[in-house]
Amino acid sequence: MILGIPREIHEHEHRVAATPKSVRKLIGLGHEVVVECGAGASAQFSDAAYKEAGATIAESPKDLYQVADCVLKVRAPEIHPEYGVDESQWLKQDSHLLGYLWPAQNPELLEKLSARGVTAFAIDSLPRISRAQRMDALSSMANIAGYRAVVEAAQHFGRFFTGQVTAAGKVPPAKVLVIGAGVAGLAAVGAARGMGAIVRAFDTRPEVREQVESMGADFLEVEMEEEGAGAGGYAKEMSDEFIRKEMALFLEQAAEVDIIITTALIPGKPAPKLITEDMVKAMKPGSVIVDLASERGGNCELTVPGEIACKHQVTLIGYTDLPSRMATVASELYATNLLNLITELTPEKDGQFNVDMDDDVIRGVTVVHQGEISWPPPKPKTPTSTQPPPGTEEPPSRQQPLAAPSPLFRSLRQIGWLLIAVGVLYGVGAHAPQSFLTHFTVFVLACFIGWQVIWNVTPALHTPLMSVTNAISGIIVIGAILHLAQSESIIIGVASFFAVLIASINVAGGFRVTHRMLNMFRK
Amino acid sequence: MYSGLVSVAYVVASILFILSLGGLSHQETARRGNWCGIAGISIAMVATLYHIGADNLIATLVAIALGGIAGLIVAQRVVMTQMPQLVAILHSFVGLAAVLVGFAGYLEPLVSTVGAEHTIKLVEVYVGIFVGGITFTGSVVACGKLHGVISSKPVMLPGRHWLNLGIIIATLVLGGSFLSTDNSALGVTILIVMTGLALLLGTHLIMAIGGADMPVVVSMLNSYSGWAAAAIGFLLRNDLLIVTGALVGSSGAILSYIMCKAMNRSFVSVILGGFGQSTESTGVASDEPVQETTVEEVCEELLSAQAVIITPGYGMAVAQAQNPVSDITRFLRDKGVEVRFGIHPVAGRLPGHMNVLLAEAKVPYDIVLEMDEINDDFPQTDVVLVIGANDTVNPSAAEDPGSPISGMPVLEVWKAHRVVVLKRGMSAGYSGVENPLFYKPNTRMLFGDAKDMTEQILMRLKG
Repeated sequence: MILGIPREIHEHEHRVAATPKSVRKLIGLGHEVVVECGAGASAQFSDAAYKEAGATIAESPKDLYQVADCVLKVRAPEIHPEYGVDESQWLKQDSHLLGYLWPAQNPELLEKLSARGVTAFAIDSLPRISRAQRMDALSSMANIAGYRAVVEAAQHFGRFFTGQVTAAGKVPPAKVLVIGAGVAGLAAVGAARGMGAIVRAFDTRPEVREQVESMGADFLEVEMEEEGAGAGGYAKEMSDEFIRKEMALFLEQAAEVDIIITTALIPGKPAPKLITEDMVKAMKPGSVIVDLASERGGNCELTVPGEIACKHQVTLIGYTDLPSRMATVASELYATNLLNLITELTPEKDGQFNVDMDDDVIRGVTVVHQGEISWPPPKPKTPTSTQPPPGTEEPPSRQQPLAAPSPLFRSLRQIGWLLIAVGVLYGVGAHAPQSFLTHFTVFVLACFIGWQVIWNVTPALHTPLMSVTNAISGIIVIGAILHLAQSESIIIGVASFFAVLIASINVAGGFRVTHRMLNMFRK
Repeated sequence: MYSGLVSVAYVVASILFILSLGGLSHQETARRGNWCGIAGISIAMVATLYHIGADNLIATLVAIALGGIAGLIVAQRVVMTQMPQLVAILHSFVGLAAVLVGFAGYLEPLVSTVGAEHTIKLVEVYVGIFVGGITFTGSVVACGKLHGVISSKPVMLPGRHWLNLGIIIATLVLGGSFLSTDNSALGVTILIVMTGLALLLGTHLIMAIGGADMPVVVSMLNSYSGWAAAAIGFLLRNDLLIVTGALVGSSGAILSYIMCKAMNRSFVSVILGGFGQSTESTGVASDEPVQETTVEEVCEELLSAQAVIITPGYGMAVAQAQNPVSDITRFLRDKGVEVRFGIHPVAGRLPGHMNVLLAEAKVPYDIVLEMDEINDDFPQTDVVLVIGANDTVNPSAAEDPGSPISGMPVLEVWKAHRVVVLKRGMSAGYSGVENPLFYKPNTRMLFGDAKDMTEQILMRLKG
């Protein structure tokens, strides 16, 4: 199958759907790859690099669309500014399209694609199951956006992030509030912590607390009993009472923090308005708000989508293209996500797509199948609410060990052992002769000394411990020597001789090998 | 019976032995500890030779010289991967010596006894020979299994528990008649029969235990060899033997306890054997694919990591991969990557086996950490390399209460950002439990022989 990588035509879009590295692997799956000339230029991938990876270069988008059986894109098809033609009209009959399609927002695009008879995969419609994580381009991009949000904030913020004590006086650290601890929020927390700021994070889902805290930020919460986790690990809309308390918390925080980064999104709804004009007014002059939800209307009332605004002496950053501003890494991650999806689509590695509509992942992304609109997909069979947000590790779920004996049983057993011990000691004390008892005392005390000493041995030296105890248990040689010296019969003599011999092997061998081992332990 | 000088020498030797074991608490003092042990046994032997005077001195010296030289040669030649076998075979020598000395003590007692003392002496002979016999054949079988001469799979005779129980009851019954008889010929016959039973029991017990339970078995035999020596010490009225036997016995007992704890199994269940035979796997309910990786990708991940933990298992020892692993470690550390090792208590076939192998490969011991020391660090670790370990990194022990290994403490490698498992295939570990780690989304499998793969990684890193 011939995969086509056109140059992106959306304004300010610098990303590209394949990198030379992913091209090499796509070819490994049995595909051929055609790249439009200059497709990777703004993400710093040259045509020469693609060529070296095995791709052929198409001079114009038309040439590319004519041969491509599957087109890999970042943005959804739109009117080409140079040719005045909608890209989707160039797609071959029965070909495939893969990219961000946003089927919920673009029903007319689906109609157009269906009319062309193509099969379209929307990478943004992946089901939220852990198997799909490695194809999850939304998470990859959210991660970049979160990081970039901090970088943008730093650029427009007039102070250090980290606190410093300099010869010219003390500089306090910046305080950063991150609202929404999804992938983007956590990436922002990590980046801001990395630069030395004091970071707080807020989320309506209490289960993300551990992730926030593990990244070194404080977790803020509203004192109320309400679960904020909706389907698929996303947040849901909250009750009025909750929102009122939340707003009070934000107002209080706004006066205190220097930078607010908002990442709150609810699937299929406009972004919730969390930062009111009053809160912006409450912020210190020179503070910065980065609104990662600005494409969907913004979390802040004053955000101007796509632009930087300055209101009430606060800088409001409303960029909608943060991933594209880091086009190289964004392209690399996006290309890998697409590669992983194509790997799923090419199970035989023979360059042939197998659109298996029984597979949860493939069913989810396929929004138009051979000209028929197949979006939205049926609800997944298994509930996915237990899945953590992608990119984070699962919280540990420690289970109690099975069937631990009950305390009553345990104490009864202990009493039993105690009684046995008392009985044995009584028997020994009452009946054994004095000569035995002295040796018995030595024996019991030696056991206790052994017990104390051995627990102090570092586990790393357990093998040397075994070999050295091996050597000293060769002390039995003394018994053998005594018998050999006094042996009367030849049998006892030979037996004792043999016993001395093997016990000596033990002594010499044990100490020698211990010595060898201990010499190896070096710092 | 012992002159004052000899007794004092024995006290000094006892103290030196205690110091010897105490020295092992740290790597810095361990070598001094070994020298203490050597000094102790030398003093004890010289004092004993002084005590016996000229009787059979030549024969004694010849036996010591022959045995000593043989021991030195063996110890010099053994390679570190064979340590478990060596330790096991040395245990068998102590067991055999205890049997021989026990017989000698019965036939030609060094101390004449009457009445209760005589009965006690007979008990000591009996116990000493019995424990010595089990230690002897048990260790020989353990050595055979560790060396691969005998299959390391558990041998399950039908009714094996009854067989063991029968032997123990027979031993007790024989013991009763042994104590009540004054007939020396009958006594010897009983002793020989009992020795045969002990040898059989030792063989049968250890045959039923699988390879990965060998750490417990070897520690247990270590313990038995100590108790056998102590029993002989009682027989000979020799406090030095008693003290030494007690030290060794408790050492082995503690090691067995630690090993059992690390597998979350009771000592009895290990000794009864047959673990890992349930072939029905718990069937990992996973629709997740196993994700393979390549040497190139692993190298890339290692080079871009800040913190790397390597968790080796017996597979590393089998493949002899410790040297390339050590070279990889050195290379990455020179590049500024923090590389550490996480060692599970039962990794390998001997307590502390991995530590010795890594030390031999010149890995500095201060980056080789115990499970408890390193388990909390996995979430902050970029890459974990699992080399030849399986059950000790199995998440179902922590997450699946229905799993046969549930509750066993394991290295929580799956919490790291990336886990790379070096493994030959997808087979289950010793416990027979499937490992869900292989299906985790952050796990990558690198299939192949551990040595081969680590050498390729090393070449790739350098080239």
